[in-house]
Amino acid sequence: MLEIKGLRVSVAGTEILRGIDLSVRTGEVHAIMGPNGSGKSTLAQVLAGHPAYTVTAGSATYDGKDLLALKPEERAREGVFLAFQYPVEIRGITNSYFLRSAVNAVRKHRGQEELDPMDFLQVLEAKLKAIGWDDTLMNRPVNEGFSGGEKKRNEILQLAVLEPRLALLDETDSGLDIDALKTVANAVNKLRAPDRSFVIVTHYQRLLNFITPDVVHVLADGRIVKSGGPELAHELEAKGYDWLRTGAMVS
Amino acid sequence: MTGIEAQVQQPYKYGFVTDIESDVVPAGLNEDVVRLISAKKGEPAWMVDWRLKAYRNWLKMEEPHWPNVQYGPIDYQAISYYAAPKKLPKLDSLDQVDPKLVATFEKLGIPIEEQKRLTGVAVDAVFDSVSVATTFQAELAKYGVIFCPISEAIKKHPELVQKYLGTVVPYNDNFFAALNSAVYTDGSFVYVPKGVRCPMELSTYFRINASSTGQFERTLIIADEGSYVSYLEGCSAPMRDENQLHAAVVELVALDNATIKYSTIQNWYPGDEEGKGGIYNFVTKRGKCAGKNSKISWTQVETGSAITWKYPGCILQGDNSIGEFYSVAVTSRKQQADTGTKMIHLGKNTRSTIVSKGISAGRGQNTYRGLVKIMKGAEGARNYSQCDSMLIGDQCGAHTFPYIDVRNNSAIMEHEASTSKIGEDQIFYLRQRGLSAEDAVSMIVNGFCKEVFKELPMEFAVEATRLLGISLEGSVG
Repeated sequence: MLEIKGLRVSVAGTEILRGIDLSVRTGEVHAIMGPNGSGKSTLAQVLAGHPAYTVTAGSATYDGKDLLALKPEERAREGVFLAFQYPVEIRGITNSYFLRSAVNAVRKHRGQEELDPMDFLQVLEAKLKAIGWDDTLMNRPVNEGFSGGEKKRNEILQLAVLEPRLALLDETDSGLDIDALKTVANAVNKLRAPDRSFVIVTHYQRLLNFITPDVVHVLADGRIVKSGGPELAHELEAKGYDWLRTGAMVS
Repeated sequence: MTGIEAQVQQPYKYGFVTDIESDVVPAGLNEDVVRLISAKKGEPAWMVDWRLKAYRNWLKMEEPHWPNVQYGPIDYQAISYYAAPKKLPKLDSLDQVDPKLVATFEKLGIPIEEQKRLTGVAVDAVFDSVSVATTFQAELAKYGVIFCPISEAIKKHPELVQKYLGTVVPYNDNFFAALNSAVYTDGSFVYVPKGVRCPMELSTYFRINASSTGQFERTLIIADEGSYVSYLEGCSAPMRDENQLHAAVVELVALDNATIKYSTIQNWYPGDEEGKGGIYNFVTKRGKCAGKNSKISWTQVETGSAITWKYPGCILQGDNSIGEFYSVAVTSRKQQADTGTKMIHLGKNTRSTIVSKGISAGRGQNTYRGLVKIMKGAEGARNYSQCDSMLIGDQCGAHTFPYIDVRNNSAIMEHEASTSKIGEDQIFYLRQRGLSAEDAVSMIVNGFCKEVFKELPMEFAVEATRLLGISLEGSVG
């Protein structure tokens, strides 16, 4: 589903990713781990098309399409979803209106009829039920005054409603207490599906106690320095990251 | 918000010119011109005297330069003060309106044939210096509501006009109000009798068509005791390289227990990307809550004009009276706006609310200027003010000048202000959810303006949302 080859990325003239190769097959869950500043969030942002980043070399194909040639909204409509580390607030726009606009943008792209507010409410209720959440966030302005946990929950709720094929989770666990972490992780587990792939960016192993990935990659200094099974996450938890970082760190 | 994407692709869509034979008075201003305008309107002597008094005062006044706007000198002798389509219908007969005029207003989305109106909105259509049609007059008359061009009111209801004209905005109030008093040509007149709730929305649509002219309209609305009226005002003008002057005066009077709701969507031609052309919108609007428990509420959405200079205000004279001001002002391209309100508290327990939303994009400059004055006798007065500014891009400006003058210790004042910037991250967030960049901006801006839009009548709220999309077109890459 996602094929990344030799991807190099800079922001404001500084190279952050220095040649990433990554292959994610349909239905797989990949975890990208790594120390602060290793470039893991950059990878998620670049795949979603954030305009601040410049791709200097390499390619990323998604379902055979040149992902990097698409505008951010086109990627979204094609089924690429990014759960943000820092979701933004939008004053005066209710979560349900925002989410319906997003759903309709995707539906329009697929040639499906747009949902009116009543139809949307039904879809929404079904989704909420499936992940076992209530609708208390829906009538509040998007992320405004939300707690950290509510913001992250809201991201996963959007994921549930928008039904992406490729879900990128950018540090979804940061700032969550253990209960909130479990709530979010449980919802993600329920959203795992044979036709949906996940790339989960995280600094800590603890999220992976609840979501078992198929593959774990360690990113350091802009490169994937090690890949393995779920056991790699536990090894990192015990040993930290430094043992994987080579010459660059020594100097 | 569906359809905005298509809408934002359009530049100013009201910029067309109607090819119509007009009676235009040569440019220039002197006492003879004032007399000529009055004669063309067939006015009584008291009116022409009032005009001349205003003109003589105006000569002694100076154009105000304290607003935070910049423009070259205006040559008042280069403006024609009267332009009217030659073929004018007789009063009360819509059938005789020149088809070209009917078509013009149709194109602007303002059908003046009554049977085409779907909703209960009565319209007074003003084209250059004259009112060309007023709909539903007969229907309104059944309720005793008078809705007609002010030129007609001067003839048919002189006692009302004489009693109230100039009582809220005196002929010598300020430079532009004095000019207006001398040369005003038409506008709407509304009188709602005691205890009547006006059965439909009243509206006036102002259209400037002729070149080298100014539009000087004057509107007078009187809500008698216990009455209610909601009035809407819209406007547009052709795209021209010259700057045209629009200096209007609006006076509202609310007697005991009366309510006036006044909504404006101002969409005069804003000039081109480089700031060439566009309307100078120098307007004096004021309402007087003359009676106890009366209420005047101003809602304005200002998207057009090269320069806007207006402060719709309320004189809260009656005890327990309420003044409100809800405003969205957008400046993009090289537009400049200096707008806000004045709330003058005289009566006891008077309350005022100010909610101002300024949006600056392109190289636009947006200034909020507001005065809240609590006079000595205004025991228990309250004011709440909220001024929010939003910046789009890095070449625009937002400025806030709140003036507060409190002379009674029992007053309670609240003032909140904020400035925000639409950032790349906000837009990216919405695009990542599938919205186009334009829809993203539109959604953010509409959310920002929500507190004001919810004050607009339904029809106008939709129009306001759409206009906002158009005027911010191209402001994000």
